[in-house]
Amino acid sequence: MNTSLHELGLLATAAALAKKEVSAVELATALLDRAAQVEPKLNSLTWQERDVVLAAAREADTARAKGDTRPWLGVPLAVKDVLSVNGQPCTAGSKMLRNYVAPYDATVIARLRAAGCVFVARTNTDEFAMGGSTATSCFGPTRNPWSPARVPGGSSGGSAAAVAARLAPAALGTDTSGSIRQPAAFCGVTGFKPTYGRVSRQGCVANASSLDQIGPLARSVEDAAALYQAIAGVDPLDSTTSPRPVGGVLAAAQQARDLKGLKLGVPREYFIAELAPELAQLTRAAIDQCAALGAEIVEVSLPHVSASLPCYAVLGSAEASASLARYDGMRYGLRVDAPELMEMYDRTRAAGFGDEVKRRLLFGTLVLTSRYHADFYLRAQKVRTLIRQDFLQAFTACDALLGPVTLTPPPRLDAAPDSASARQWGDYCTAGVNLAGICALSVPCGFTADGLPAGLHVVGPAFQDELVLRIGAAYQHATDWHQRAPTGLE
Amino acid sequence: MSDYIASIGLEVHVQLKTRTKMFCACPAHEEGEPNTAVCPGCIGLPGALPVINREAIRKTVKVGLMIGSRISLYSTFDRKNYFYADMAKNYQITQNDFPLCIGGGVTIQVDGQPKTIRVHHIHQEEDVAKSTHLDNSTEVDFNRCSMPLMELVTEPDMANADEVMAFLTTLKQMLIYADISDCNLELGHMRCDVNSSVRPAGATKLGVKTELKNMNTFKGIQRALHYELQRQIEVLRGGGTIAQETRRWDDVAGVTLPMRTKESAPDYRYFPEADLPPIVLDEATIAAWRAELPEMPAARRARFVQEYGLPEYDAGVLTADKAIADYFEAAAKQAANPKAVSNWVMGELLRALGEQGQDITAAKITPAALVALIGLVEAKTINMPAAKEVFQILFENGGDPAAIVQAKGLAQVSDTGAIEGFAAQAIAANEKVAAEYRAGKEPALMFLVGQVMKLSRGKANPQLAAEALRRQLKG
Ligand SMILES: [Zn+2]
Repeated sequence: MNTSLHELGLLATAAALAKKEVSAVELATALLDRAAQVEPKLNSLTWQERDVVLAAAREADTARAKGDTRPWLGVPLAVKDVLSVNGQPCTAGSKMLRNYVAPYDATVIARLRAAGCVFVARTNTDEFAMGGSTATSCFGPTRNPWSPARVPGGSSGGSAAAVAARLAPAALGTDTSGSIRQPAAFCGVTGFKPTYGRVSRQGCVANASSLDQIGPLARSVEDAAALYQAIAGVDPLDSTTSPRPVGGVLAAAQQARDLKGLKLGVPREYFIAELAPELAQLTRAAIDQCAALGAEIVEVSLPHVSASLPCYAVLGSAEASASLARYDGMRYGLRVDAPELMEMYDRTRAAGFGDEVKRRLLFGTLVLTSRYHADFYLRAQKVRTLIRQDFLQAFTACDALLGPVTLTPPPRLDAAPDSASARQWGDYCTAGVNLAGICALSVPCGFTADGLPAGLHVVGPAFQDELVLRIGAAYQHATDWHQRAPTGLE
Repeated sequence: MSDYIASIGLEVHVQLKTRTKMFCACPAHEEGEPNTAVCPGCIGLPGALPVINREAIRKTVKVGLMIGSRISLYSTFDRKNYFYADMAKNYQITQNDFPLCIGGGVTIQVDGQPKTIRVHHIHQEEDVAKSTHLDNSTEVDFNRCSMPLMELVTEPDMANADEVMAFLTTLKQMLIYADISDCNLELGHMRCDVNSSVRPAGATKLGVKTELKNMNTFKGIQRALHYELQRQIEVLRGGGTIAQETRRWDDVAGVTLPMRTKESAPDYRYFPEADLPPIVLDEATIAAWRAELPEMPAARRARFVQEYGLPEYDAGVLTADKAIADYFEAAAKQAANPKAVSNWVMGELLRALGEQGQDITAAKITPAALVALIGLVEAKTINMPAAKEVFQILFENGGDPAAIVQAKGLAQVSDTGAIEGFAAQAIAANEKVAAEYRAGKEPALMFLVGQVMKLSRGKANPQLAAEALRRQLKG
């Protein structure tokens, strides 16, 4: 069994540990060895300390020997480098926080720690989760495991690549405009963006508070549902979390075998000229598969989809301009000294932030100034309402939506990070979901002729997280795209 | 100054008395070493989120209820963006668009007439850290960061420094009464921004205003306003114009100095705080909070007159401080003669407190002990000088008045035999004075009574002494 321990998914890992078929130390060792082999090519991790990981695994084994039967005892997880894990660095992929070690657990981490998880690695991210390529990280770009010349997507590109490359059975990511779903699609893994308010953001380095949401990246919908269920639910430390019960999401996903009785809408605005024909074809095939599983397919419209990117650019940047104001060199993180306070701020922030972050902070600051507030910020808020209404309207005609996650397959690294078209089209299909505060899933739905993965987007109404996961699970029970693994990484 | 009219408005920041800070669970006190009452939230660590302190909301709403504001059933928080070393997040969570309380007013007395100072709104916010400027550096203590503040903004309804003082005194009294804040000015519990303008008498349009920032003593506000209003008048008289600017008060030099002009004023880039949901209140909650409000000073003053038969003057003095009023009322409820209680509280008690520079909580004498002491005087068990001596002991150490009288041997001598003897001695030793009395000089008796007191070492009942003397001098 030892040779393929890293192949185990999340639930399989938990089961193997519970049955004592494998120890946490054996498992951790396998993952560490795998990372040592793969990482030089991939660069998906920003931190992994062999001794620390093995000590935590040993502790889990000791606890189990003493009769501890917590279901996730010793289960290894990778965590995006924007979520606080007590005692581990939390850099957000930025020079600004390169020396910062989190002194507390994010709520999601505290819950997983209580369940027995071992946090084996921190995964690469676009700087402060701003970007769709994981190329803006101060740790350098992460490579796509399916094609190292290409980007893994972002900003949770490190998590997606690590899960695809079998460096961890599952990982946590964050999604502000598509940052879980787009890299999941690019890396051929399953990624879920829960409804806003489902998962506590406490301990997550804020990008845009009204849009950020933490979610799982895993090798199957069932694994994603299990991880989601473990982290979801109201948190007194995050006042935007909902008190609605999470329910038996995992059981629902495990039992999903067909889509009978469901009406699934296909928004025509997703099938635009910019959608790569190969992806259009793969998406259509996946929709046909859903129809074959018993779903009634209807065409719907989201008239304001094209406004979602500019709307996101204004609101996301505006919120980020405040969220990132705290990085000033005063209390922690990078400081570049200067004789005067304001000059110290200037020098510190000039040195600490990369170009994409600076671009967004400048733009976000500008749109909030009294001169532009009404024309940009307030107008974008109104557009956000229209986008939300689009989805509400669509959901009167169907239970959930199907479509592509991305318009193109993963672009080449040398073309991606700064290209205007990446900014213009990168989150075209995904950003609206965050603006509307609803939930969406990306499941692998095939490969291009070049062997690049594609994702099917399942979008559900607010708090219909279980429904979305059920649809994805039914699709996966009928397909095997999610079981394919990239090769030749060693 | 009579040819110019001043209009003054205040922005009063009040630190609310709560157990924890505005947006985190840190203790809301400034004791202890700097930067010890802090957490990821109030020092702005990555990922920390704010959580609303409901107790602070309750206190601010109660202030709104006291001054007749409309309470917002829906209000929201905003981010106010600016960079400074005392800011943990470099934005302050405050309320810009939808504050908690709107409108209302505070009634003050101006030359014996009531005048209402209108309040524009009251909003909720968090404090910044405390900076201490040293020679070559600045120390920042985040213990104060994120302490709960309410900001009360008035209309420019005050016409001079005296009205401002009356407003602040009245407001402070109300806030202490309702246990909203300790209003300790030395600890910065009340800080004001003072907006003032002047215009020629007869003009209806307000003049250009200046703002004095961060005034934290009443005395300072009074001096600064005297200076600033006079400065503005002199500028206008000289044909100049007032610049709309923020100024600061230099307490040592006794002048206000320009800080920044309107043009260089920061753009705070307010926008909604997405980390916090709106505060939604219902009528039942507001009604419950209203029911918790204590009687306000003015109402209590009127009731003291009616219920305890006190003169207006006494009622005013006693209700000026809620703790004193509470003390008086606790004693008066047990006393046969509330006026006697009032005399003791206003006289001995306030004097002793004043001498010690203490507040009532430091006094060891319980209301019951004071009532018992008054009872001993009224029963003529002790005389007034002895009572004052007993009071001082009770004030400093507490205890039972009767026991103290016993232990100190302070009981009056009411034994007529002994008093007759002292009277005889006094007359024998002062034949000349006795003769004067017999000749009809009534005041001479007081001298002889004094002699009897002296002979009895202060313990003789002076009334009995006078009677004995009269009788013996007649005989
Ligand atoms: Zn705190």
